Amino acid sequence: MAERKLFKGNEAVAEAAVRAGCRFFFGYPITPQNEIPEYMSRRLPEVGGVFLQAESEVAAINMVYGAAGAGGRVMTSSSSPGISLKQEGISYIAGAELPCLIVNMVRGGPGLGGIQPAQSDYFQAVKGGGHGDYHCIVFAPASVQEMVDLTIQAFDVAERYRMPVMILGDGILGQMMEPVAFPDPVPVDAALADWATAGARDGRAPRLINSIYLRPDELFRHNLKLQARFDEAKIAEVRHEAINTDDADIVLVAYGTTSRVCRSAMDRARAAGIRVGLVRPITVSPFPYQAIADVARTARAFLTVEMSLGQMVEDVKLAVCGAAPVHFYGTTGGVVPTSSAIADEVRKIAMAEVGK
Amino acid sequence: MKQVYAVPKALQPRATHYCPGCTHGIAHKLVAETIDELGVRDRTIGVAPVGCAVFAYDYFDCDFQQAAHGRAPAVATGIKRVVPDAVVFTYQGDGDLASIGAAEIVHAAMRGERITVIFINNAIYGMTGGQMAPTTLLGQKTTTSPAGREPGHAGSPIRIAEMLATIPGAAYVARVSLSSPANVARAKKAIRKAFDTQLSGAGFSLVECLSTCPTNWGMAPVEAMDWLESNMIPYYPLGEFRTPEGGVSNG
Repeated sequence: MAERKLFKGNEAVAEAAVRAGCRFFFGYPITPQNEIPEYMSRRLPEVGGVFLQAESEVAAINMVYGAAGAGGRVMTSSSSPGISLKQEGISYIAGAELPCLIVNMVRGGPGLGGIQPAQSDYFQAVKGGGHGDYHCIVFAPASVQEMVDLTIQAFDVAERYRMPVMILGDGILGQMMEPVAFPDPVPVDAALADWATAGARDGRAPRLINSIYLRPDELFRHNLKLQARFDEAKIAEVRHEAINTDDADIVLVAYGTTSRVCRSAMDRARAAGIRVGLVRPITVSPFPYQAIADVARTARAFLTVEMSLGQMVEDVKLAVCGAAPVHFYGTTGGVVPTSSAIADEVRKIAMAEVGK
Repeated sequence: MKQVYAVPKALQPRATHYCPGCTHGIAHKLVAETIDELGVRDRTIGVAPVGCAVFAYDYFDCDFQQAAHGRAPAVATGIKRVVPDAVVFTYQGDGDLASIGAAEIVHAAMRGERITVIFINNAIYGMTGGQMAPTTLLGQKTTTSPAGREPGHAGSPIRIAEMLATIPGAAYVARVSLSSPANVARAKKAIRKAFDTQLSGAGFSLVECLSTCPTNWGMAPVEAMDWLESNMIPYYPLGEFRTPEGGVSNG
């Protein structure tokens, strides 16, 4: 590990991607993630890579498709309205079994919405987003350092499962500065994947990157194959952090920026004598259902906190499966919940559910 | 005995799914012959569109990627930027290129993307069953312009070659017709020139091929060829609209 440097979240993601061997970036400007393409436009040429500003998010994600299909380590980044435009391409990338990284620095919606942080793209990110039966692996970092660490891992994970990986950040994570340590650049295996279409050289048979299967039985088998890979990821890639859950009566569940506010709220509540814990999903797809189910064996109640009007809470309810009441507190439109508001909610739940 | 014809090596020796009289087979053959002549089959990557040619990869004997509707130029851009020494071509119809993919084709040309685009203009949507295309002629009846295309309602047909020729990054832009042996021979020369343009690094190249769709035009193949020559060529003049040397020759 090198020395720690002060880095803005967006630029940290970009630098981490370069160190992970990403050499191709296709994007389109949108606030609050512009520092990513701007950084890449400076940095990628230094390492022999290519930055290209596309004519639209639609074109950018299809450039990612072509580049990934040709064997390139490739990424794009955007924010909510732009991610909506990319959904067509993400569906094709998933269908064609191509690895890539997509960064979403989420802002408030729907529509043009606002440019302040939000978590209202959760459903879109973890339940598919585009058309068809597929999943992305979605990381939800909560600090600039974690964005670096997860970005570094994202490319390997995408290539292992041959599916798109998304970093689900938000405007705060992208814009804030924190000290980070970058790992040394990883040597990238120069050998092309055995499915990449970079020309049928040396007498090999031609290859095809494709997502069309007109025969229902073929598409059935294809989709089962995609699902089987995601099932492997459910076993090997689910990540979460549990804090103070062993003795907790009330367990907060939050990811990303909101989880940081929840930690403060947890400390406040603990200081007031309420035993509060926190489960923080680090992968929101696949979701840490089992970790939450385990906590539900002893917890008296859950409180899901999101910068949305209630999206992840549905997965928390699936995980808790009726073992305890699941409450929700959310803010929307770019408003960040305060730790005092969350602590108030915790107190109300404690009065009602725990009796103190 | 002298061999006068053989299936190009860049084509797989198999029957196509195209309708009788459809000119896709001619266009495929011309592209494959060009790849053979240039000796680049092992570094060629084709990009298939959405439309009747969605299965083009079943016929060409080279690497292929299948793209979302209209996005072939963006996909080709991604490929070419990763493998700069590859020969990358897209094969797109008029719905794919001139309608839903209008932005992608314009900006690929603007960037001078070193790709070759084979643009099949048959003035109709084929695979979906004969709907109006941006290139449908005025008065032409389709399943979504049952009384004939009316300019006050649906606008006038778009001339892609002329439009793209205004873009500095477009190094070679030509329109050819696949309607007669003489026109096919000219089409072959244009396609070769387009690939040569890519190989020389001069910039973007596109050949618009006026084509027939007997099935959706509701015509016999020979009748369709006649209709193309008497109706499409007057509106879509043949010729080179932009060349790497700067010359332009119409007619």
